[in-house]
Amino acid sequence: MYSQIVIEHFANPRNTGVIEDADGVGEVGNPQCGDMMTFYIKVEDDRIADIKFQTFGCVAAIAVSSIVSEMAKGKTLEEARQITRKAVAEALGGLPPNKMHCSNLGAEALALAIQQYEEKRAAH
Amino acid sequence: MKRVYLDHAAATPVRREVLEAMLPYFTEGFGNPSAVYDLGAQAKEALEEQRAKVARLIHAHAEEIIFTSSGAEANNLAIKGAALAHLKKGRHVVVSAVEHHSVLNAARYLEKFHDFEVTFLPVDRHGVVDPERLQKVINPATVLVSIIHASNEIGTIQPLAELARRCREQGIIFHTDAVATVGQIPVDVQELGVDLLSLSGPALEGPKGVGALYFRRRLRLVPQIHGGIQENGRRAGTENMPGIVGLGRAAELAEIELPEKGPYLAQLRDQLKAGVMERIPYAIYTGHPERRLPGHASFCMEGIEGEALIFMLNAKGIYANTGSACASKALKVSPVLCAIGLPPEVAQGSIVFTFNQDDGQEDVAQVMDHLPQAVERLRSFSPVWRKKMAAVSGG
Repeated sequence: MYSQIVIEHFANPRNTGVIEDADGVGEVGNPQCGDMMTFYIKVEDDRIADIKFQTFGCVAAIAVSSIVSEMAKGKTLEEARQITRKAVAEALGGLPPNKMHCSNLGAEALALAIQQYEEKRAAH
Repeated sequence: MKRVYLDHAAATPVRREVLEAMLPYFTEGFGNPSAVYDLGAQAKEALEEQRAKVARLIHAHAEEIIFTSSGAEANNLAIKGAALAHLKKGRHVVVSAVEHHSVLNAARYLEKFHDFEVTFLPVDRHGVVDPERLQKVINPATVLVSIIHASNEIGTIQPLAELARRCREQGIIFHTDAVATVGQIPVDVQELGVDLLSLSGPALEGPKGVGALYFRRRLRLVPQIHGGIQENGRRAGTENMPGIVGLGRAAELAEIELPEKGPYLAQLRDQLKAGVMERIPYAIYTGHPERRLPGHASFCMEGIEGEALIFMLNAKGIYANTGSACASKALKVSPVLCAIGLPPEVAQGSIVFTFNQDDGQEDVAQVMDHLPQAVERLRSFSPVWRKKMAAVSGG
């Protein structure tokens, strides 16, 4: 049911953890639907210098978080914002139809983290 | 890596003895039991022998057994068949909140297409239906009450004899889905006092694609599969002879082995439970602590999701089940886990182990070699677990 890439990212998720002094934090999902993701980013020169995530959820949700963190790391904020759920699913070699919403959550959590960073910066 | 398969509630391998009994009925014993020549008569004779074997296991009479294609079909025939045959009495049925989908959805069908009123009876935190509560919801229009004998998700065994007695006193038909119990614990339809009882092949280490419904003599049922007069006109379709023979042989073996099987399975279950509760913090043992299926251990691991845990174990050759929303086609948390009052994020961490008699202590040991680490690993990057730990430590 899952692609080899999904299983590999699930078994060895990249960038798990928390950044205590993060520049932006994005939290999505609710336990009702089953998945919760939190992304933490550090921004330097408009680039994502570091990224960490924590995820409560299924195989797909964990693999999505992992690949999103990999795709975003080192990218400019503008580039990172372009990461769509479609791109996430493709990078994972596809997701089962009923798990497509997980790819959405990953892109959404990252976008929220970037948004929070930008709002904080604008407020200064 | 040794394979440790602990999902016997989902499927079991067919036993060698059972398979051997079935095989001739695919080939030389292929006759149709409805045919009048000797090939047919021999098949008919074999069919009736199996009926007697299944009846004996549950202390019924042979003519009270209807063979079906599955436990789900038996449940459908019981609920729709009995309710629709007694419309004159009323249009109210009662089912518990911990039923299998084939009971819940058969009741919903009556609600939607036949103007029935359905009462979904709540359970306590162990998943037990309270007889007093049942007494309060039944009324003169109640035609049928269906309460599962034991839940495959939480293992709880219901006080069935007491529940059935309350219905009998009011002249209400009582059905039980005993798919999880027949072959696991002694089941006696006389002692339980039920009018209808569903069972199936896989739970008896028999083949898939076969089940049976016990119905008390003279109880009227509207067939749900119309056609010829097989099964005394209660279920049409040429009989699945290999499957039925498999079920009969499995029933025969179960009758012999039950006295030893139960205690053996209970010992494995208790060993696993003790290991989990000792080594995994914030593990909840779901279902009733004592009145439960002998080979059934179910837990919720707080802070993680069940499907992910199943895959972690799968990578170690261990097979278990979960009631997590993520693992279900409908993406909904198991209604049984909701019914016992678990918050959704706790129910998400469901994991269920079901043993059979081929399993041993070494299988439990292999689970304990990997389960604590798998839970710990998933918790290490779970935001839910992080919040929980922060709350526990007061910051």
